Amino acid sequence: MQIKIQYYALMREQAGRSAETLETTAATPAQVYVELARRHPFTLPAEQLKVAVNGEFCDWTRPLSPGDAIVFIPPVAGG
Amino acid sequence: MTRFRFSQTPIDTVAARRELLDPSAGGFVSFEGWVRDHNEGLAVRRLEYEAFVELALKEGERILAETLKRFPIRHALCLHRIGDLAIGDLAVWVGVSASHRGEAFEACRYVIDEVKHRVPIWKKEHYLNGDSGWVNCERCAAAPHHHEEHAHPHAHRGHD
Repeated sequence: MQIKIQYYALMREQAGRSAETLETTAATPAQVYVELARRHPFTLPAEQLKVAVNGEFCDWTRPLSPGDAIVFIPPVAGG
Repeated sequence: MTRFRFSQTPIDTVAARRELLDPSAGGFVSFEGWVRDHNEGLAVRRLEYEAFVELALKEGERILAETLKRFPIRHALCLHRIGDLAIGDLAVWVGVSASHRGEAFEACRYVIDEVKHRVPIWKKEHYLNGDSGWVNCERCAAAPHHHEEHAHPHAHRGHD
């Protein structure tokens, strides 16, 4: 299935893009991160990230559906 | 009107304060986060703020809704800059009006603390020495064996 990934901040720089479409067999955001970490030089381990699917925080084991939009969220620093 | 908003341009604190006026309020407290010229021993030249706006607006609004439930206050508002900021610029503004000052102080503190920990906003510091780095992201990643630091990813001190 195809899913969409949007990148922000450090992860946008490391992926070298703000978004991409991925053809994948990954069933969860956790599996997607492992797959993407093989092709991009990500330095943050998944344990330091949060994840959002379709604009809302979710669990790393949430089942994915075709067309889902994933965002990996590095440690935040607002304020 | 949403109570958590982003701005690409300087925050108008006079207009923001006016949104909190209420005949039943006897006190108003605000917090301003300013861009500081140093962080963790490095001289900072300027900052960039970036946000995952769609989710940040939802999470920010949730924080303000929680604050209004948790404290007996009248109104609360949080405005955050995104984009390029210079030293001394106002990065974030929180305002609370309440019948009594105690709740206004507590609620204001609650809002800024929660915003810093929960809202997907990132800050890139550009240093005087030419380096740059995403706050809370790069040092952890560069030194993954420092478990003490990992246990407290939000312990990093910001404007306060």
